[in-house]
Amino acid sequence: MKLLTHNMLRSHVTGVTRGFPLIIRADEVKVNSVDFNREFVSRMIPKLEWEALVETAESLGHGSGLPRELLSGYENDEEFLKKVHHVLLEVEIIEGALKCPESGTEFPITRGIPNMLINEEES
Amino acid sequence: MPPNKPYSFVKYSSTQEAISAHTSLSGQELPSSDLEQKTILYLCFVDKVEVQELSPPTLPPGLIIVEDFISPEEELTLLESIRWETDNCNQKALKHRRVKHFGYEFRYDNNNIDKDKPLPGGLPESCNAVLDKCLQQGLIKHRPDQLTVNQYDPGQGIPPHVDTHSAFEDEIVSLSLGAEIVMDFKHPSGSSVPVMVTQRSLLVMGGESRYLWTHGITPRKFDVIQVSEGQKVGTVGGNTEELTLNKRGTRTSFTFRKIRHGPCKCAFPSVCDSQQEQKKSSPPLVEDMGAASLEKEYVHKVYEDIASHFSSTRHTPWPKVVDFLRSLPMGSLVADVGCGNGKYLGVNNDLYMIGCDRSKNLIDICGEKEYEACVCDALSVPFRPGSFDACISIAVIHHFSTEERRLAAIQVLTDLLRKGGQALIYVWAMEQEYNKKKSKYLKESKSSNEQLPLSSKADSNHEGNSKLPVHTNRTAFDSQDLLVPWHLKPKCQSKNSEASTGEEQLVLSNVYHRYYHVFREGELEALCRKLQDVTVQHTYHDQGNWCVILEKL
Repeated sequence: MKLLTHNMLRSHVTGVTRGFPLIIRADEVKVNSVDFNREFVSRMIPKLEWEALVETAESLGHGSGLPRELLSGYENDEEFLKKVHHVLLEVEIIEGALKCPESGTEFPITRGIPNMLINEEES
Repeated sequence: MPPNKPYSFVKYSSTQEAISAHTSLSGQELPSSDLEQKTILYLCFVDKVEVQELSPPTLPPGLIIVEDFISPEEELTLLESIRWETDNCNQKALKHRRVKHFGYEFRYDNNNIDKDKPLPGGLPESCNAVLDKCLQQGLIKHRPDQLTVNQYDPGQGIPPHVDTHSAFEDEIVSLSLGAEIVMDFKHPSGSSVPVMVTQRSLLVMGGESRYLWTHGITPRKFDVIQVSEGQKVGTVGGNTEELTLNKRGTRTSFTFRKIRHGPCKCAFPSVCDSQQEQKKSSPPLVEDMGAASLEKEYVHKVYEDIASHFSSTRHTPWPKVVDFLRSLPMGSLVADVGCGNGKYLGVNNDLYMIGCDRSKNLIDICGEKEYEACVCDALSVPFRPGSFDACISIAVIHHFSTEERRLAAIQVLTDLLRKGGQALIYVWAMEQEYNKKKSKYLKESKSSNEQLPLSSKADSNHEGNSKLPVHTNRTAFDSQDLLVPWHLKPKCQSKNSEASTGEEQLVLSNVYHRYYHVFREGELEALCRKLQDVTVQHTYHDQGNWCVILEKL
């Protein structure tokens, strides 16, 4: 699971209001090399929950010095975009869990795949 | 006195005379010699005969007998047109009679006909005049295309039966040639009506008499018939003083029937094989199982079990879905809800696609391909609402078993979209033939890399918990809610594992049934229009699917 995916995920446990961001418990993190696409990253940034991304990256030790607040004019800041690229697309959680910030429900991550089924629906 | 046997009563003026008659007649052979077998008279005394004076029973509703429908000359022509000895084709000596079929063969093993296997030659030409007359006189509505000729020698008969509803249309007509006979009609309540069918008469069974009453011929050498000369045809009974025995001759009947295409919809479902079948297979759905447990059993579990084989057959993305994904601008965030093995997740590298599916095994396949995906239910998708530029739902919504759940799934999908975002939905169509073009699904009936078509025999062997109809693969749909078989290849490792022969596959394969609700034209669009915050941009039919593109308002 890439951190961009994590940024799009939320807890859907009944009764939860925001359920975001899910707290990552990382047992295994992998860093892959992905081709940098400046335009792609630049277009992706406004769709993100920026603060959550930075917090999550920092919690994993991959903060890369990204600011807590998004500064304007980033489209032309190649160095910044590369950092964002790294955080969004290169850092992957392989094993671990996602924890709902409100209910505490945990969703396991196995071989990079979060299982978001809520217990009642499983079995 | 054994019941239901014919008796004759003789009244003597004095007890003395009766005793005298008993002494001289009882145990004596009848002098009359025109009977092939010996007839011995047995007499016994009765004080009084309980005679129930009944009015003659009425004919079963819908039964018509037309006396002298053909001339003796026509009778002869018809009889001579059947060459019993020389021509053994389609001729069978059944236990109790001789039978010959024209047009289609009637199969006694399943009491039905092979509708797609007409016999060469059709009906004999000599029958045309009879059929023309039947139609002209309005006795029948459809021109028959099947003829069964039965020949009964004295002592032979046919067990009581109702002609299979699903096999033949309403009116069944039968010409009696060579001799008269008494046919027995029986109502399910037990009442029985013997009907005299005279030589050269035409019997028309329609409505209740065709669908509800059984008819048969009791194997015997004599019939009890009405003595009176006047009214010969019709029911036998009523005044016992007007009955007599009648020796049977060899009777040949020409029974004309019209093959029925499609199920019977008669007013007598209790005896209708079409409607019993339907009843047996009517969807229990929510009432019996609960929508969620039905989907769990017949969708979720099945995909888990067939995931590997299923995935091996799902390698070609549908072109129009690819077109949609390629039309999106670079950097679009796209959710594929119900992504299966992820065949769309990699078609456009300019997008960021996240897949999700209820099947863990299918999502694991996505993981192996290094796609971004998670396991979840389409009614509870754990993505941030209002944040996706586009969503696709390809062949997913048709797995929900109630309209509420289908609508909820579409709502959940469109909730993910930002304002102006687009959703593409594909569902399987009831109409597999559209604008006179057959879908790929129908055309690929011999496809080797897909599941094998299932014979109807195998279908009926399905003994699942559900009473949903089981679909025959690669055929048109009979029902909107149904189970579609999946034939699992047990050792399916890759898409190249097609080494085993078809026969082996049949023997080894396990059949799984997936629940589907196939959509009628307009149904998907109507469903989408119930949502407040989306507009339907485009509706189309693509290879047996109904498709919509929605835009979030």
